Amino acid sequence: MNAIQQLGAGVLNSVERLGRATLFLYDVAAGSGPLFRRFFLVVQQIYAVGVLTLLIIMVSGLFVGMVLGLQGYNTLVRFGAEESLGLLVALSLVRELGPVVTALLFAGRAGSALTAEIGLMKATEQLAGMEMMAVNPITRVIAPRFAGGIIAMPLLAALFSAVGVLGGHIVGVGLLGVDAGAFWSQMQSGVDFRDDIVNGVIKSVAFGVTVTWIAVFEGYDAVPTSEGVATATNRTVVYSSLAVLGIDFILTALTLGEV
Amino acid sequence: MKRPTPGKRDAKESRPPERADQALVTLDNVVFSRGERRILNGLTLHAERGRITAIMGGSGSGKTTILNLIGGRIRPDAGRVVVDGLSVPDLDTDDLYALRKRMALLFQTGALFTDLTVFENVAFPIREHTRLPEDLLRTVVLMKLETVGLRGARDLVPSELSGGMARRVALARAIALEPMIIMYDEPFTGLDPISKGVIAKLIQELNQTLGITSIVVSHDVVETCMISDYAYIVGEGRIIGEGTPKELQRSSSAHVRQFMEGLPDGPVPYQHPASDYLKDLLEERSE
Repeated sequence: MNAIQQLGAGVLNSVERLGRATLFLYDVAAGSGPLFRRFFLVVQQIYAVGVLTLLIIMVSGLFVGMVLGLQGYNTLVRFGAEESLGLLVALSLVRELGPVVTALLFAGRAGSALTAEIGLMKATEQLAGMEMMAVNPITRVIAPRFAGGIIAMPLLAALFSAVGVLGGHIVGVGLLGVDAGAFWSQMQSGVDFRDDIVNGVIKSVAFGVTVTWIAVFEGYDAVPTSEGVATATNRTVVYSSLAVLGIDFILTALTLGEV
Repeated sequence: MKRPTPGKRDAKESRPPERADQALVTLDNVVFSRGERRILNGLTLHAERGRITAIMGGSGSGKTTILNLIGGRIRPDAGRVVVDGLSVPDLDTDDLYALRKRMALLFQTGALFTDLTVFENVAFPIREHTRLPEDLLRTVVLMKLETVGLRGARDLVPSELSGGMARRVALARAIALEPMIIMYDEPFTGLDPISKGVIAKLIQELNQTLGITSIVVSHDVVETCMISDYAYIVGEGRIIGEGTPKELQRSSSAHVRQFMEGLPDGPVPYQHPASDYLKDLLEERSE
Protein backbone atom coordinates (compact mmCIF):
# COMPACT_ATOMS: atom_id res chain seq x y z
CA MET A 1 0.00 0.00 0.00
CA ASN A 2 2.85 2.31 0.91
CA ALA A 3 4.49 1.75 -2.48
CA ILE A 4 1.22 2.57 -4.27
CA GLN A 5 0.86 5.72 -2.19
CA GLN A 6 4.40 6.75 -3.05
CA LEU A 7 3.79 6.06 -6.72
CA GLY A 8 0.61 8.13 -6.60
CA ALA A 9 2.36 10.97 -4.80
CA GLY A 10 5.18 10.84 -7.36
CA VAL A 11 2.76 10.99 -10.29
CA LEU A 12 0.81 13.87 -8.70
CA ASN A 13 4.03 15.73 -8.03
CA SER A 14 5.21 15.24 -11.62
CA VAL A 15 1.90 16.42 -13.07
CA GLU A 16 1.91 19.43 -10.76
CA ARG A 17 5.47 20.36 -11.80
CA LEU A 18 4.59 19.96 -15.47
CA GLY A 19 1.63 22.29 -14.92
CA ARG A 20 3.84 24.84 -13.21
CA ALA A 21 6.44 24.55 -15.98
CA THR A 22 3.73 25.17 -18.59
CA LEU A 23 2.45 28.25 -16.77
CA PHE A 24 6.05 29.40 -16.44
CA LEU A 25 6.52 28.99 -20.21
CA TYR A 26 3.41 31.11 -20.75
CA ASP A 27 4.80 33.81 -18.43
CA VAL A 28 8.12 33.76 -20.28
CA ALA A 29 6.38 34.08 -23.65
CA ALA A 30 4.20 36.90 -22.31
CA GLY A 31 7.23 38.64 -20.82
CA SER A 32 9.29 38.46 -24.02
CA GLY A 33 7.71 41.52 -25.65
CA PRO A 34 10.21 44.08 -24.29
CA LEU A 35 13.10 42.03 -25.72
CA PHE A 36 12.43 43.46 -29.18
CA ARG A 37 13.32 46.90 -27.79
CA ARG A 38 16.28 45.59 -25.79
CA PHE A 39 17.70 42.98 -28.09
CA PHE A 40 21.19 43.46 -26.65
CA LEU A 41 20.02 41.36 -23.66
CA VAL A 42 19.38 38.45 -26.05
CA VAL A 43 22.70 39.02 -27.84
CA GLN A 44 24.51 38.76 -24.49
CA GLN A 45 22.84 35.41 -23.88
CA ILE A 46 23.53 34.14 -27.40
CA TYR A 47 27.18 34.81 -26.56
CA ALA A 48 26.92 33.09 -23.15
CA VAL A 49 25.07 29.95 -24.26
CA GLY A 50 26.10 29.88 -27.92
CA VAL A 51 29.56 31.29 -28.52
CA LEU A 52 30.97 29.82 -25.31
CA THR A 53 29.62 26.39 -26.34
CA LEU A 54 31.28 26.56 -29.76
CA LEU A 55 34.49 24.77 -28.80
CA ILE A 56 32.86 21.61 -27.46
CA ILE A 57 30.40 21.56 -30.37
CA MET A 58 33.03 21.94 -33.06
CA VAL A 59 35.48 19.46 -31.58
CA SER A 60 32.69 16.93 -31.06
CA GLY A 61 31.37 17.54 -34.58
CA LEU A 62 34.80 16.97 -36.05
CA PHE A 63 35.29 13.66 -34.27
CA VAL A 64 31.75 12.43 -34.92
CA GLY A 65 32.25 13.21 -38.63
CA MET A 66 35.60 11.42 -38.65
CA VAL A 67 34.12 8.33 -37.00
CA LEU A 68 31.22 8.40 -39.47
CA GLY A 69 33.76 8.54 -42.27
CA LEU A 70 35.62 5.50 -40.94
CA GLN A 71 32.55 3.42 -40.15
CA GLY A 72 30.74 4.44 -43.32
CA TYR A 73 33.71 3.62 -45.54
CA ASN A 74 34.18 0.26 -43.82
CA THR A 75 30.58 -0.72 -44.61
CA LEU A 76 30.20 0.90 -48.05
CA VAL A 77 33.44 -0.51 -49.42
CA ARG A 78 32.04 -4.05 -49.07
CA PHE A 79 29.39 -3.14 -51.64
CA GLY A 80 31.67 -1.04 -53.79
CA ALA A 81 29.68 2.02 -52.84
CA GLU A 82 32.40 4.00 -51.05
CA GLU A 83 31.74 6.96 -53.35
CA SER A 84 28.46 7.46 -51.49
CA LEU A 85 30.40 8.21 -48.31
CA GLY A 86 29.76 11.96 -48.59
CA LEU A 87 26.01 11.37 -48.85
CA LEU A 88 26.00 8.99 -45.88
CA VAL A 89 27.98 11.36 -43.68
CA ALA A 90 25.88 14.39 -44.65
CA LEU A 91 22.49 12.71 -44.20
CA SER A 92 23.49 11.16 -40.88
CA LEU A 93 24.63 14.52 -39.58
CA VAL A 94 21.96 16.81 -40.99
CA ARG A 95 18.98 14.62 -40.18
CA GLU A 96 20.00 12.98 -36.91
CA LEU A 97 23.37 13.34 -35.31
CA GLY A 98 23.74 17.08 -35.79
CA PRO A 99 20.58 18.13 -33.94
CA VAL A 100 20.59 15.28 -31.40
CA VAL A 101 24.25 15.29 -30.34
CA THR A 102 24.33 19.09 -30.34
CA ALA A 103 21.23 19.15 -28.10
CA LEU A 104 22.78 16.65 -25.69
CA LEU A 105 26.02 18.64 -25.53
CA PHE A 106 24.04 21.88 -25.28
CA ALA A 107 22.09 20.47 -22.32
CA GLY A 108 25.29 19.40 -20.59
CA ARG A 109 27.20 22.61 -21.13
CA ALA A 110 24.79 25.54 -21.61
CA GLY A 111 21.64 24.07 -19.99
CA SER A 112 23.37 23.17 -16.75
CA ALA A 113 25.10 26.57 -16.68
CA LEU A 114 21.75 28.35 -17.16
CA THR A 115 20.12 26.38 -14.34
CA ALA A 116 23.03 26.93 -11.97
CA GLU A 117 23.18 30.65 -12.75
CA ILE A 118 19.46 31.25 -12.26
CA GLY A 119 19.33 28.97 -9.20
CA LEU A 120 22.22 30.83 -7.58
CA MET A 121 20.61 34.17 -8.40
CA LYS A 122 17.56 32.90 -6.54
CA ALA A 123 19.58 31.55 -3.61
CA THR A 124 21.46 34.84 -3.21
CA GLU A 125 18.21 36.85 -3.38
CA GLN A 126 19.20 38.59 -6.62
CA LEU A 127 15.85 37.70 -8.20
CA ALA A 128 13.98 38.85 -5.11
CA GLY A 129 16.02 42.04 -5.12
CA MET A 130 15.03 42.63 -8.72
CA GLU A 131 11.35 42.11 -7.88
CA MET A 132 11.64 44.63 -5.06
CA MET A 133 13.14 47.11 -7.54
CA ALA A 134 9.95 46.70 -9.58
CA VAL A 135 11.84 44.78 -12.26
CA ASN A 136 10.20 41.56 -13.40
CA PRO A 137 12.88 38.82 -13.30
CA ILE A 138 10.95 36.80 -15.89
CA THR A 139 11.33 39.64 -18.38
CA ARG A 140 14.83 40.76 -17.37
CA VAL A 141 16.56 37.44 -16.60
CA ILE A 142 14.57 34.47 -17.91
CA ALA A 143 13.17 35.67 -21.26
CA PRO A 144 16.56 36.79 -22.70
CA ARG A 145 18.13 33.46 -21.73
CA PHE A 146 15.21 31.53 -23.22
CA ALA A 147 15.39 33.48 -26.49
CA GLY A 148 19.19 33.19 -26.57
CA GLY A 149 19.00 29.41 -26.19
CA ILE A 150 16.40 29.02 -28.92
CA ILE A 151 18.43 31.11 -31.36
CA ALA A 152 21.80 29.56 -30.47
CA MET A 153 20.79 25.90 -30.66
CA PRO A 154 20.00 25.64 -34.43
CA LEU A 155 23.14 27.64 -35.23
CA LEU A 156 25.24 25.28 -33.13
CA ALA A 157 23.59 22.25 -34.76
CA ALA A 158 24.34 23.67 -38.23
CA LEU A 159 27.97 24.23 -37.26
CA PHE A 160 28.18 20.73 -35.79
CA SER A 161 26.94 19.24 -39.07
CA ALA A 162 29.24 21.42 -41.18
CA VAL A 163 32.32 20.53 -39.13
CA GLY A 164 31.20 16.88 -39.10
CA VAL A 165 31.06 16.80 -42.90
CA LEU A 166 34.54 18.28 -42.90
CA GLY A 167 35.68 15.52 -40.51
CA GLY A 168 34.14 12.87 -42.80
CA HIS A 169 35.96 14.46 -45.75
CA ILE A 170 39.31 14.45 -43.93
CA VAL A 171 39.02 10.74 -43.18
CA GLY A 172 37.23 9.58 -46.34
CA VAL A 173 39.06 11.65 -48.95
CA GLY A 174 42.26 12.50 -47.12
CA LEU A 175 43.06 9.17 -45.45
CA LEU A 176 41.04 6.46 -47.18
CA GLY A 177 41.30 7.70 -50.75
CA VAL A 178 37.64 8.26 -51.69
CA ASP A 179 37.35 10.47 -54.75
CA ALA A 180 36.76 14.09 -53.68
CA GLY A 181 34.47 14.86 -56.63
CA ALA A 182 32.30 11.82 -55.89
CA PHE A 183 32.22 12.70 -52.19
CA TRP A 184 30.81 16.20 -52.81
CA SER A 185 28.64 15.48 -55.88
CA GLN A 186 26.84 12.53 -54.23
CA MET A 187 26.17 14.76 -51.26
CA GLN A 188 24.91 17.60 -53.46
CA SER A 189 22.53 15.41 -55.42
CA GLY A 190 21.34 13.27 -52.52
CA VAL A 191 20.65 15.81 -49.80
CA ASP A 192 17.24 17.39 -50.22
CA PHE A 193 16.78 20.88 -48.84
CA ARG A 194 13.20 20.44 -47.65
CA ASP A 195 13.21 16.82 -46.55
CA ASP A 196 16.63 16.76 -44.94
CA ILE A 197 17.91 20.21 -44.05
CA VAL A 198 14.61 21.84 -43.08
CA ASN A 199 13.60 18.81 -41.03
CA GLY A 200 16.98 18.94 -39.30
CA VAL A 201 16.49 22.62 -38.55
CA ILE A 202 12.97 21.96 -37.20
CA LYS A 203 14.42 19.31 -34.91
CA SER A 204 17.16 21.59 -33.63
CA VAL A 205 14.66 24.40 -32.94
CA ALA A 206 12.40 21.94 -31.07
CA PHE A 207 15.39 20.72 -29.04
CA GLY A 208 16.47 24.30 -28.38
CA VAL A 209 13.04 25.20 -27.00
CA THR A 210 12.89 22.01 -24.91
CA VAL A 211 16.37 22.15 -23.41
CA THR A 212 16.28 25.89 -22.68
CA TRP A 213 12.77 25.67 -21.22
CA ILE A 214 13.82 22.85 -18.89
CA ALA A 215 17.03 24.69 -17.94
CA VAL A 216 15.44 28.04 -17.06
CA PHE A 217 12.48 26.43 -15.29
CA GLU A 218 14.66 24.18 -13.15
CA GLY A 219 16.80 27.17 -12.19
CA TYR A 220 13.80 29.36 -11.36
CA ASP A 221 12.07 26.56 -9.47
CA ALA A 222 15.20 25.42 -7.59
CA VAL A 223 15.17 25.20 -3.82
CA PRO A 224 17.36 28.20 -2.89
CA THR A 225 20.13 26.24 -1.20
CA SER A 226 23.39 24.79 -2.50
CA GLU A 227 21.86 21.30 -2.47
CA GLY A 228 18.74 22.59 -4.24
CA VAL A 229 20.79 24.20 -7.02
CA ALA A 230 22.86 21.01 -7.43
CA THR A 231 19.68 18.93 -7.70
CA ALA A 232 18.18 21.34 -10.22
CA THR A 233 21.32 21.27 -12.37
CA ASN A 234 21.31 17.49 -12.30
CA ARG A 235 17.64 17.42 -13.29
CA THR A 236 18.25 19.75 -16.22
CA VAL A 237 20.82 17.43 -17.76
CA VAL A 238 18.80 14.25 -17.15
CA TYR A 239 15.37 15.61 -18.18
CA SER A 240 16.78 17.46 -21.20
CA SER A 241 18.64 14.41 -22.49
CA LEU A 242 15.60 12.16 -22.12
CA ALA A 243 13.29 14.76 -23.64
CA VAL A 244 15.60 15.28 -26.63
CA LEU A 245 15.74 11.54 -27.37
CA GLY A 246 11.97 11.14 -26.96
CA ILE A 247 11.12 14.15 -29.11
CA ASP A 248 13.66 13.01 -31.72
CA PHE A 249 11.78 9.76 -32.14
CA ILE A 250 8.44 11.54 -32.48
CA LEU A 251 9.75 14.10 -34.96
CA THR A 252 11.56 11.45 -37.00
CA ALA A 253 8.41 9.34 -37.15
CA LEU A 254 6.38 12.36 -38.23
CA THR A 255 8.83 13.48 -40.92
CA LEU A 256 9.34 10.00 -42.36
CA GLY A 257 5.62 9.27 -42.09
CA GLU A 258 6.29 5.60 -41.50
CA VAL A 259 4.75 5.11 -38.07
CA MET B 1 2.95 63.06 22.10
CA LYS B 2 2.31 60.73 24.96
CA ARG B 3 3.95 57.38 24.46
CA PRO B 4 2.51 54.19 25.85
CA THR B 5 4.30 52.34 28.62
CA PRO B 6 6.22 49.76 26.68
CA GLY B 7 5.71 46.09 27.00
CA LYS B 8 2.70 46.21 29.27
CA ARG B 9 -0.18 46.12 26.84
CA ASP B 10 -1.09 44.25 23.78
CA ALA B 11 -0.59 45.80 20.36
CA LYS B 12 -4.04 47.33 19.97
CA GLU B 13 -4.09 48.91 23.42
CA SER B 14 -0.61 50.35 23.12
CA ARG B 15 -1.24 52.12 19.80
CA PRO B 16 -1.94 55.77 20.28
CA PRO B 17 -4.14 57.24 17.55
CA GLU B 18 -1.45 59.77 16.56
CA ARG B 19 0.89 57.05 15.36
CA ALA B 20 -1.81 55.53 13.17
CA ASP B 21 -2.64 58.95 11.69
CA GLN B 22 0.96 59.71 10.76
CA ALA B 23 1.73 56.20 9.60
CA LEU B 24 3.14 55.63 6.14
CA VAL B 25 3.00 51.88 6.74
CA THR B 26 0.33 50.12 8.75
CA LEU B 27 -0.04 46.46 9.55
CA ASP B 28 -3.37 45.90 11.21
CA ASN B 29 -4.16 42.64 12.96
CA VAL B 30 -2.15 40.65 10.43
CA VAL B 31 -2.22 36.87 10.45
CA PHE B 32 0.23 34.87 8.34
CA SER B 33 0.99 31.15 8.32
CA ARG B 34 3.52 29.07 6.45
CA GLY B 35 2.12 25.57 6.15
CA GLU B 36 0.96 24.50 9.59
CA ARG B 37 3.13 27.05 11.36
CA ARG B 38 1.60 30.40 12.31
CA ILE B 39 4.25 33.09 11.88
CA LEU B 40 2.20 36.21 12.66
CA ASN B 41 -0.86 36.08 14.84
CA GLY B 42 -2.76 39.35 14.93
CA LEU B 43 0.23 41.65 14.61
CA THR B 44 -0.36 45.41 14.47
CA LEU B 45 2.27 48.09 13.94
CA HIS B 46 2.79 51.48 12.35
CA ALA B 47 5.81 53.13 10.73
CA GLU B 48 5.57 56.89 10.86
CA ARG B 49 6.49 59.11 7.93
CA GLY B 50 10.08 60.36 8.02
CA ARG B 51 10.98 58.38 11.13
CA ILE B 52 13.13 55.33 11.80
CA THR B 53 11.00 52.49 13.09
CA ALA B 54 12.77 49.44 14.41
CA ILE B 55 11.31 45.94 14.50
CA MET B 56 13.33 43.75 16.81
CA GLY B 57 12.90 40.14 17.80
CA GLY B 58 14.64 36.81 17.98
CA SER B 59 15.57 34.68 15.00
CA GLY B 60 12.49 33.14 13.42
CA SER B 61 10.11 35.56 15.12
CA GLY B 62 8.69 36.74 11.78
CA LYS B 63 10.57 40.02 11.32
CA THR B 64 11.55 39.39 7.70
CA THR B 65 8.01 38.15 7.02
CA ILE B 66 6.78 41.60 8.02
CA LEU B 67 9.05 43.21 5.39
CA ASN B 68 7.90 40.72 2.76
CA LEU B 69 4.28 41.58 3.57
CA ILE B 70 4.97 45.31 3.26
CA GLY B 71 6.77 44.74 -0.06
CA GLY B 72 3.90 42.64 -1.38
CA ARG B 73 6.06 39.54 -1.84
CA ILE B 74 3.58 37.53 0.24
CA ARG B 75 -0.07 38.06 1.18
CA PRO B 76 -1.47 37.88 4.69
CA ASP B 77 -4.05 35.25 5.60
CA ALA B 78 -6.02 37.98 7.40
CA GLY B 79 -5.63 41.61 8.38
CA ARG B 80 -4.59 44.74 6.50
CA VAL B 81 -1.23 45.84 5.09
CA VAL B 82 -1.38 49.48 4.02
CA VAL B 83 1.46 51.52 2.50
CA ASP B 84 0.87 55.18 1.70
CA GLY B 85 -2.88 54.60 1.74
CA LEU B 86 -2.73 51.61 -0.60
CA SER B 87 -3.82 48.16 0.50
CA VAL B 88 -0.81 46.13 -0.66
CA PRO B 89 -2.46 42.66 -0.90
CA ASP B 90 -5.21 44.10 -3.13
CA LEU B 91 -2.88 45.69 -5.68
CA ASP B 92 -2.58 44.14 -9.13
CA THR B 93 0.90 43.50 -10.57
CA ASP B 94 1.21 46.89 -12.31
CA ASP B 95 0.14 48.86 -9.24
CA LEU B 96 2.35 46.76 -6.99
CA TYR B 97 5.36 47.42 -9.23
CA ALA B 98 4.46 51.14 -9.28
CA LEU B 99 4.48 51.10 -5.48
CA ARG B 100 7.76 49.18 -5.36
CA LYS B 101 9.42 51.91 -7.41
CA ARG B 102 8.82 54.12 -4.37
CA MET B 103 10.16 51.65 -1.83
CA ALA B 104 13.44 49.82 -1.38
CA LEU B 105 14.41 46.72 0.54
CA LEU B 106 17.98 46.24 1.66
CA PHE B 107 18.49 42.49 1.89
CA GLN B 108 20.62 40.90 4.58
CA THR B 109 22.98 39.56 1.90
CA GLY B 110 22.97 42.78 -0.11
CA ALA B 111 21.60 40.83 -3.11
CA LEU B 112 24.03 42.55 -5.46
CA PHE B 113 24.19 41.28 -9.03
CA THR B 114 27.38 39.28 -9.09
CA ASP B 115 28.00 39.72 -12.83
CA LEU B 116 27.87 43.53 -12.63
CA THR B 117 30.37 46.02 -11.26
CA VAL B 118 29.56 48.25 -8.30
CA PHE B 119 28.79 51.10 -10.72
CA GLU B 120 26.47 48.95 -12.83
CA ASN B 121 24.72 47.60 -9.74
CA VAL B 122 23.82 51.11 -8.63
CA ALA B 123 22.94 52.12 -12.18
CA PHE B 124 20.66 49.07 -12.62
CA PRO B 125 17.37 50.48 -11.24
CA ILE B 126 18.01 53.83 -12.97
CA ARG B 127 18.57 52.14 -16.31
CA GLU B 128 15.49 49.97 -15.85
CA HIS B 129 13.08 52.75 -14.88
CA THR B 130 14.38 55.93 -16.49
CA ARG B 131 15.85 57.03 -19.78
CA LEU B 132 18.58 59.23 -18.36
CA PRO B 133 21.37 60.08 -20.80
CA GLU B 134 24.57 58.23 -20.00
CA ASP B 135 26.48 61.26 -18.71
CA LEU B 136 23.68 62.23 -16.34
CA LEU B 137 23.32 58.62 -15.18
CA ARG B 138 27.05 58.55 -14.42
CA THR B 139 26.72 61.68 -12.31
CA VAL B 140 23.77 60.28 -10.36
CA VAL B 141 25.50 56.94 -9.72
CA LEU B 142 28.70 58.65 -8.56
CA MET B 143 26.68 60.87 -6.21
CA LYS B 144 24.98 57.82 -4.69
CA LEU B 145 28.31 56.04 -4.30
CA GLU B 146 29.84 59.15 -2.75
CA THR B 147 26.98 59.17 -0.21
CA VAL B 148 28.02 55.72 1.00
CA GLY B 149 31.73 56.48 0.67
CA LEU B 150 32.44 54.02 -2.14
CA ARG B 151 32.93 56.22 -5.19
CA GLY B 152 36.45 54.82 -5.43
CA ALA B 153 35.15 51.25 -5.56
CA ARG B 154 32.99 51.77 -8.63
CA ASP B 155 34.93 49.34 -10.82
CA LEU B 156 35.05 46.47 -8.34
CA VAL B 157 32.77 43.46 -8.64
CA PRO B 158 30.77 42.17 -5.64
CA SER B 159 33.17 39.27 -5.01
CA GLU B 160 35.90 41.85 -4.30
CA LEU B 161 33.87 43.63 -1.61
CA SER B 162 33.78 43.01 2.13
CA GLY B 163 30.42 42.35 3.80
CA GLY B 164 30.15 45.93 5.00
CA MET B 165 31.08 47.37 1.61
CA ALA B 166 28.57 45.11 -0.15
CA ARG B 167 25.82 46.39 2.13
CA ARG B 168 26.86 49.98 1.47
CA VAL B 169 26.70 49.39 -2.28
CA ALA B 170 23.28 47.80 -1.82
CA LEU B 171 22.29 50.91 0.12
CA ALA B 172 23.51 53.15 -2.70
CA ARG B 173 21.43 51.06 -5.11
CA ALA B 174 18.43 51.27 -2.78
CA ILE B 175 18.50 55.08 -2.79
CA ALA B 176 19.18 55.32 -6.53
CA LEU B 177 15.55 56.14 -7.30
CA GLU B 178 15.10 58.16 -4.09
CA PRO B 179 12.37 56.02 -2.53
CA MET B 180 9.91 57.22 0.08
CA ILE B 181 10.64 54.23 2.28
CA ILE B 182 13.62 51.95 2.83
CA MET B 183 13.32 48.65 4.64
CA TYR B 184 16.50 47.21 6.11
CA ASP B 185 16.60 43.47 6.74
CA GLU B 186 19.19 42.73 9.44
CA PRO B 187 21.57 45.48 8.28
CA PHE B 188 24.11 44.84 11.06
CA THR B 189 24.34 41.05 10.98
CA GLY B 190 27.82 39.66 10.40
CA LEU B 191 29.56 43.04 10.37
CA ASP B 192 32.55 44.19 12.40
CA PRO B 193 31.98 47.06 14.89
CA ILE B 194 33.31 49.71 12.50
CA SER B 195 31.09 48.56 9.63
CA LYS B 196 28.12 48.43 12.00
CA GLY B 197 28.81 52.02 12.98
CA VAL B 198 29.09 53.05 9.32
CA ILE B 199 25.80 51.41 8.39
CA ALA B 200 24.05 52.91 11.44
CA LYS B 201 25.36 56.36 10.53
CA LEU B 202 24.21 55.96 6.92
CA ILE B 203 20.72 54.85 7.90
CA GLN B 204 20.41 57.86 10.19
CA GLU B 205 21.85 60.32 7.66
CA LEU B 206 19.63 59.11 4.83
CA ASN B 207 16.64 59.40 7.10
CA GLN B 208 17.50 62.92 8.16
CA THR B 209 18.83 64.40 4.92
CA LEU B 210 16.44 62.79 2.42
CA GLY B 211 13.47 62.44 4.78
CA ILE B 212 13.17 58.76 3.89
CA THR B 213 10.94 56.68 6.14
CA SER B 214 13.00 53.78 7.44
CA ILE B 215 12.03 50.41 8.85
CA VAL B 216 14.91 48.55 10.40
CA VAL B 217 14.46 44.87 11.14
CA SER B 218 17.19 43.64 13.43
CA HIS B 219 18.15 41.65 16.47
CA ASP B 220 21.15 43.87 17.21
CA VAL B 221 19.75 45.76 20.18
CA VAL B 222 22.53 48.32 20.71
CA GLU B 223 22.86 49.61 17.15
CA THR B 224 19.14 49.51 16.48
CA CYS B 225 18.23 51.39 19.65
CA MET B 226 20.93 53.94 18.89
CA ILE B 227 19.32 55.07 15.62
CA SER B 228 15.61 54.32 15.91
CA ASP B 229 12.87 56.74 16.89
CA TYR B 230 10.41 54.05 17.85
CA ALA B 231 10.79 50.32 18.24
CA TYR B 232 8.61 47.24 18.30
CA ILE B 233 9.60 43.88 19.74
CA VAL B 234 8.07 40.88 17.99
CA GLY B 235 7.54 37.55 19.69
CA GLU B 236 5.04 34.72 19.45
CA GLY B 237 3.68 36.24 16.23
CA ARG B 238 2.65 39.55 17.76
CA ILE B 239 4.02 42.75 19.26
CA ILE B 240 5.17 42.00 22.80
CA GLY B 241 6.58 45.43 23.48
CA GLU B 242 6.85 48.85 21.88
CA GLY B 243 8.03 52.35 22.64
CA THR B 244 11.02 54.60 22.22
CA PRO B 245 14.33 52.83 22.79
CA LYS B 246 14.64 54.47 26.21
CA GLU B 247 11.18 53.33 27.20
CA LEU B 248 11.97 49.79 26.13
CA GLN B 249 15.18 49.78 28.14
CA ARG B 250 13.20 50.81 31.24
CA SER B 251 10.44 48.30 30.61
CA SER B 252 9.39 45.94 33.37
CA SER B 253 7.86 43.41 30.96
CA ALA B 254 9.57 40.03 31.27
CA HIS B 255 9.39 39.53 27.48
CA VAL B 256 10.98 42.89 26.75
CA ARG B 257 13.64 42.55 29.44
CA GLN B 258 14.64 39.10 28.22
CA PHE B 259 15.19 40.40 24.71
CA MET B 260 16.83 43.72 25.60
CA GLU B 261 19.21 42.10 28.09
CA GLY B 262 19.82 38.94 26.06
CA LEU B 263 18.78 36.55 28.83
CA PRO B 264 19.00 32.89 27.74
CA ASP B 265 15.82 31.81 29.54
CA GLY B 266 12.55 33.55 30.28
CA PRO B 267 9.19 33.87 28.56
CA VAL B 268 11.00 32.67 25.44
CA PRO B 269 12.16 29.29 26.79
CA TYR B 270 15.71 28.01 26.38
CA GLN B 271 14.39 24.55 25.55
CA HIS B 272 12.59 23.91 22.28
CA PRO B 273 9.17 22.40 23.12
CA ALA B 274 9.62 18.68 23.72
CA SER B 275 8.02 15.78 25.57
CA ASP B 276 9.01 14.90 29.15
CA TYR B 277 12.82 14.48 29.37
CA LEU B 278 12.85 11.38 31.59
CA LYS B 279 10.12 9.70 29.58
CA ASP B 280 11.99 10.47 26.38
CA LEU B 281 15.21 8.89 27.69
CA LEU B 282 13.41 5.77 28.89
CA GLU B 283 11.63 5.35 25.57
CA GLU B 284 14.98 5.53 23.81
CA ARG B 285 16.36 2.77 26.04
CA SER B 286 13.31 0.50 25.63
CA GLU B 287 13.69 0.71 21.82
